[in-house]
Amino acid sequence: MNEKIKELKVSAIENGTVIDHIPSHAVFQVIRILKLDSFDNMVLFATNLESKKYGTKGLIKVSSKFFLPEELNKIALVAPHASIIEIRDFRVSSKKIVETPDHVNGIVKCFNPNCVTNIEQVTTRFTVVEKEDLRLKCHFCEKITRRSNMEFK
Amino acid sequence: MKNKSLVSINDYTKEEQLRVLELAREFEKNPVQTILQDYVVASLFFEPSTRTRLSFESAVNRLGGKVIGFSEASNTSVKKGESLRDTILTIANYSDLIVMRNPIEGSARFASEISPVPIINAGDGANQHPTQTLLDLYSILKTQETLDNLHVAFVGDLKYGRTVHSLVIALCNFNTTFHLVSPLELKLPSSVKMHIKEKNLTYHQYTDMEEVIPNADVLYMTRIQRERFSDPLEYERIKNSYNLHHDMIINTKDNFRVLHPLPRVSEIDINVDSSPKAYYFEQALNGVYVRQALMALILGLH
Repeated sequence: MNEKIKELKVSAIENGTVIDHIPSHAVFQVIRILKLDSFDNMVLFATNLESKKYGTKGLIKVSSKFFLPEELNKIALVAPHASIIEIRDFRVSSKKIVETPDHVNGIVKCFNPNCVTNIEQVTTRFTVVEKEDLRLKCHFCEKITRRSNMEFK
Repeated sequence: MKNKSLVSINDYTKEEQLRVLELAREFEKNPVQTILQDYVVASLFFEPSTRTRLSFESAVNRLGGKVIGFSEASNTSVKKGESLRDTILTIANYSDLIVMRNPIEGSARFASEISPVPIINAGDGANQHPTQTLLDLYSILKTQETLDNLHVAFVGDLKYGRTVHSLVIALCNFNTTFHLVSPLELKLPSSVKMHIKEKNLTYHQYTDMEEVIPNADVLYMTRIQRERFSDPLEYERIKNSYNLHHDMIINTKDNFRVLHPLPRVSEIDINVDSSPKAYYFEQALNGVYVRQALMALILGLH
């Protein structure tokens, strides 16, 4: 019951995608990763909502947009427990949890300042060597970028 | 292995690495040939190096090939702001193979992916230096007559020494027992130990080198660099605790050999040099044969 009322703090959408259980501090990163800042449809977002499971959480609703799984899985880097709810005609048509991808290309910066990707014009490429306690191995300099020193391009 | 760039030691399988070592033996028997007479090798050293650059160039020259290139970046178009991409694409037009040392980590991988000719990484910053690893393997094979089941002791800066990292990873294919001797602040990183653990091999860690020497087959010494320490007194203390003297290797196994990637500073006293168990200068010579073998394989001449 309580959960329902909270959901309504952000208006319902008729068709589109709801991304729930985003850590509060990561909402703006998710917006950047999904490039919602240059999106034309209605985007609603909220942060620091109460959450029974996580204390606080963020939430994003994107109207009239259904994402490909590989687009959404990128956000697992900052929101590993986010749930993706697709809404059709005001009803939940599917609900799933994001999965951390095996490879990450282009979104994340290599933390090594002496890596070629930070010096030449090269798109970053990482292999995810550890999903839970996130560790990304740079394809070029072979150094490990962790969640704590992860920056986005 | 034709046209296959060598960036990291793991780019080559164990079998491919052994193929290089096998062929290196052939070149050692017969190091002066003309198989490279129609080839041009570009030697691009964006930072200074003595051994690596000269042994590559010597390897090419003894096989009749031509070398073009530079030994530092300061009088090239890199100084004018040219990107690495443009430098590589240009020089690939003039050569059949590019040997590159560059202080930027990952530069060799990047170059190998844009270059139409194969790249041999001669060191990319603190990352990889695979030809050193191959010549280290060759030196171990030659002195021990096998690579399998050896006790190899690594001494010195195990944290930042890239030659140590690559050699440890390569030896994980040969059931090695590792003896790791370093000050606490320069221990082998866990990312390298991970490879030892994956193969279920044994490693022991020490801070004192004397106890490992009697049981070791190979003692691989490395230089401890002053710039790794914020406190100069700490550097002096640690530097002096890893000095190998002649009397320390008297009671060693017959097959015991001392290796060092060079240059050395004070970690091996010159009184060790005259011992038949000192192998570091032969090790540097082996670099020529290994590089001859590698280039011959990459150019498809064997």
